[in-house]
Amino acid sequence: MSDHKERIKELISRVVGEPVSEIPNSTPAGYVVPKETLFRVCSELRTHPDTYFDMLSNISGVDRGPEAGTLEVVYHLYSIPFHFSLSIKVVLSREQAAVESLVPVWKSANWLEREVYDMFGIQFKNHPDLRRILMPADWNGFPLLKDYQQDETYRGVKIEY
Amino acid sequence: MKGLLDQQFEQGGVIITKIDDLLNWSRLSSLFPMTFGLACCAIEFMSTGSTVYDMDRFGMVPRATPRQSDVMIVSGTVTFKMADRIKQLYEQMAEPRYVISMGSCANCGGPYWQHGYHVVKGVDRIIPVDVYVPGCPPRPEALIGGILKLHEKIRNESRVKPVAIERLLNTKLHVGS
Repeated sequence: MSDHKERIKELISRVVGEPVSEIPNSTPAGYVVPKETLFRVCSELRTHPDTYFDMLSNISGVDRGPEAGTLEVVYHLYSIPFHFSLSIKVVLSREQAAVESLVPVWKSANWLEREVYDMFGIQFKNHPDLRRILMPADWNGFPLLKDYQQDETYRGVKIEY
Repeated sequence: MKGLLDQQFEQGGVIITKIDDLLNWSRLSSLFPMTFGLACCAIEFMSTGSTVYDMDRFGMVPRATPRQSDVMIVSGTVTFKMADRIKQLYEQMAEPRYVISMGSCANCGGPYWQHGYHVVKGVDRIIPVDVYVPGCPPRPEALIGGILKLHEKIRNESRVKPVAIERLLNTKLHVGS
């Protein structure tokens, strides 16, 4: 299995063009890739006969807070034929949080990306239908950001307890 | 042998009662709740309707439309996204209409009171509530207790002095500014 992991690392490094670093303490193990290469890395992982990650299990957003100034997006991939899981992480700046949409690679990315957008305000470029999925369409702000300030009222109803 | 009703109405089949009592009795004996659930409390609400607890013994049959319902049992967490829909459903119900707020979430926001940015902290912020049933979630017995409380409330109502008109008469009108 560690051979397989090494092969995946080499494959990702080849697509990125430089050695990628492992995400510390990650389950499943995974790699941080530059955001510009995310789409190419994922397309390759999806189609390459040695990896064949045919399932996108989950997309998470992570806010490291205004001090760190970064937002992260973590993709959890799974390969059904190889019975193997992998994480892929991209680090974005808080001011211009945008990354390429993976809907052309996995259709399940559609709603997952909408959820991450809804909660963190991260833009997914070329997403076919990027709008809020959980919160009402006219909601103000992105609730899972560390510096989120909730409004006094929503449509005339007090929000605070 | 005579049947139970025949025995009861032996004296010429006449009952003397007040019109209020008769109407109240008939209304509280057939409160139709709206088929409507929001979260885990809805499971207990469903259980209340099941054979073990048998909501039907109070004449309560869940209706699938607000137009045919007398009581709305708000069973679960009221989110801001749902609040508009609940208000609309409430307004579609014909008067007289009643609301039972079931469980901590509908009463006051429950476990979401502090960090639940998406939760209305009590359904009474959007629609008037008649009975609050505490619990998280309340057992079916507790919900039945709430229904019996509502029965009590309806039993003491009067058509002679409708509360709404009384309230309207007591409101001071501000003409001009």
